[in-house]
Amino acid sequence: MAVLVIAEHAHGALSDATHKVVTAASKFGGDVDVLVAGENAGSVAPAAAKISGVRKVLKAEGETLRKQTAEAMEALVVPMMAGYDAVFIAATTTGKNIAPRIAAKLDVMQLSEIIEVVDQTTFVRPIYAGNAIMTVKSADAKKVITVRGTAFPAAGNDGSASVEDVAAPAAQTKSEFVSEEMVKSDRPELAGAKRVVSGGRALGSAEKFKEVIFPLADKLGAAVGASRAAVDAGYAPNDYQVGQTGKIVAPELYIAVGISGAIQHLAGMKDSKIIVAINKDEEAPIFQVADYGLVADLFVAVPELTKSV
Amino acid sequence: MKVLVPVKRVIDYNVKVRVKPDQTGVDLANVKMSMNPFDEISVEEAVRMKEAGTATEVVVVSIGPQQAQETIRTALAMGADRGILIKTDAAVEPLAVAKLLAKVAAEEKPDLILTGKQAIDDDSNQTGQMLAALLDWPQGTFAYKIEKDGDALKVTREVDGGLQTVKLTTPAVVTVDLRLNEPRYASLPNIMKAKKKEIAEKTPESYGVDITPRLTVVKVTEPAARSGGVKVEDVAALVAKLKTAGAI
Repeated sequence: MAVLVIAEHAHGALSDATHKVVTAASKFGGDVDVLVAGENAGSVAPAAAKISGVRKVLKAEGETLRKQTAEAMEALVVPMMAGYDAVFIAATTTGKNIAPRIAAKLDVMQLSEIIEVVDQTTFVRPIYAGNAIMTVKSADAKKVITVRGTAFPAAGNDGSASVEDVAAPAAQTKSEFVSEEMVKSDRPELAGAKRVVSGGRALGSAEKFKEVIFPLADKLGAAVGASRAAVDAGYAPNDYQVGQTGKIVAPELYIAVGISGAIQHLAGMKDSKIIVAINKDEEAPIFQVADYGLVADLFVAVPELTKSV
Repeated sequence: MKVLVPVKRVIDYNVKVRVKPDQTGVDLANVKMSMNPFDEISVEEAVRMKEAGTATEVVVVSIGPQQAQETIRTALAMGADRGILIKTDAAVEPLAVAKLLAKVAAEEKPDLILTGKQAIDDDSNQTGQMLAALLDWPQGTFAYKIEKDGDALKVTREVDGGLQTVKLTTPAVVTVDLRLNEPRYASLPNIMKAKKKEIAEKTPESYGVDITPRLTVVKVTEPAARSGGVKVEDVAALVAKLKTAGAI
């Protein structure tokens, strides 16, 4: 029994999501190998080799794999699966892009965004944006699984796995990386942040969103999030969106400012440890999930809170 | 360019889903059903391509019960040209959906298949990618912008941390994300016109695709409920509570 974990990494750094996926893979059982593919794989592989419980790290570099396009990753991983019973990958935009291609080529039904490994055939995953939880059994010989990071603790760093090279697949000509435009920020990344301050439509404008939300987030060392309503209104970029159609977060502290608490938003943050809601409308559904609710004008309360923390 | 747009009939976005007491699934009886919101965005994009002269024909396809025809009609009222209903009352998993769509693609020979990035019922986020793999076509997932670039397509994708642009040869599969466009409401004259548009009826058997599920649902339960919290009087009280809880 052996499991392949596909590492998530960017700009030469291994993502913490990989540690969480290793935890999930270890629950499945058997030997856990980690595949580091793409640009900077050489500098990322030693970090992957330190993850607790990893048998070996497979490193694949090459122009075709540079940006881990789904087409190239399919060509790399599908032949490797002859030696594995399952492949686990983080349910990030990279993982979601790649995994179903591998599953289709292996003729298996993928299990998306699992939150629990019950046994080698049984897994738990949220459906309807977390409004229902489904336990499902797979009859497929091999399992292709994406893992919701917030549901598993990160594996430790006391491993010392060996690193082996794997050949990159031949070049494909159907898709080609052109460019990327990454949002530069000193704030933590939203999906993995310990604290999140989110703003909703009540902020009223993009200027007010910045003026009210950013200082509190920076004071707390928090990531900034937004409701879909705020994103739709153009107050915040889509990358900030927390909810069913955005990012799923589960920080230690989540502060919802001027967010009413639509089902779609709650789906993305209700697993946070402590939820604070600041809203003028005391009937707002967000108060039903908030540990601490403050019925107040956010334009007064948030600057005051920023001063007091 | 011919565009194929798969659409799915799902529980309406604004309905609070209820888990059945016997834990076999969620209650679909007497619940408002609508087109999957991400599929509305792909229909809109295809119709805009047609209006801009880039697309020549927009064909919508839905796999589901007889009522899925209404979902196809909605797309036709938005401006799609004709529909294909693959009729089945069975639950069809993404892999089987992808296999059926691959058969439709072999018949229809579209240059582009535009799908929603995920359906808001099972949240799988698999069909478009699986379809691309089965057809050996390139894929552009989570599209924020789609541009024609000669015979190729430039797709700007929503990725963690920003945007990424890829260039795809056609035929290709593109899955759409939220910010791509804002879908229109169909006008009454267009709803009337849509009634006359052609919808072909097929079955999974007519395509020779085995749709037997690979997954068995053991149970569907309610998520763990959050216990209600407290209201605090003012900011000072909130700060005190957060300090006591060790949150700040």
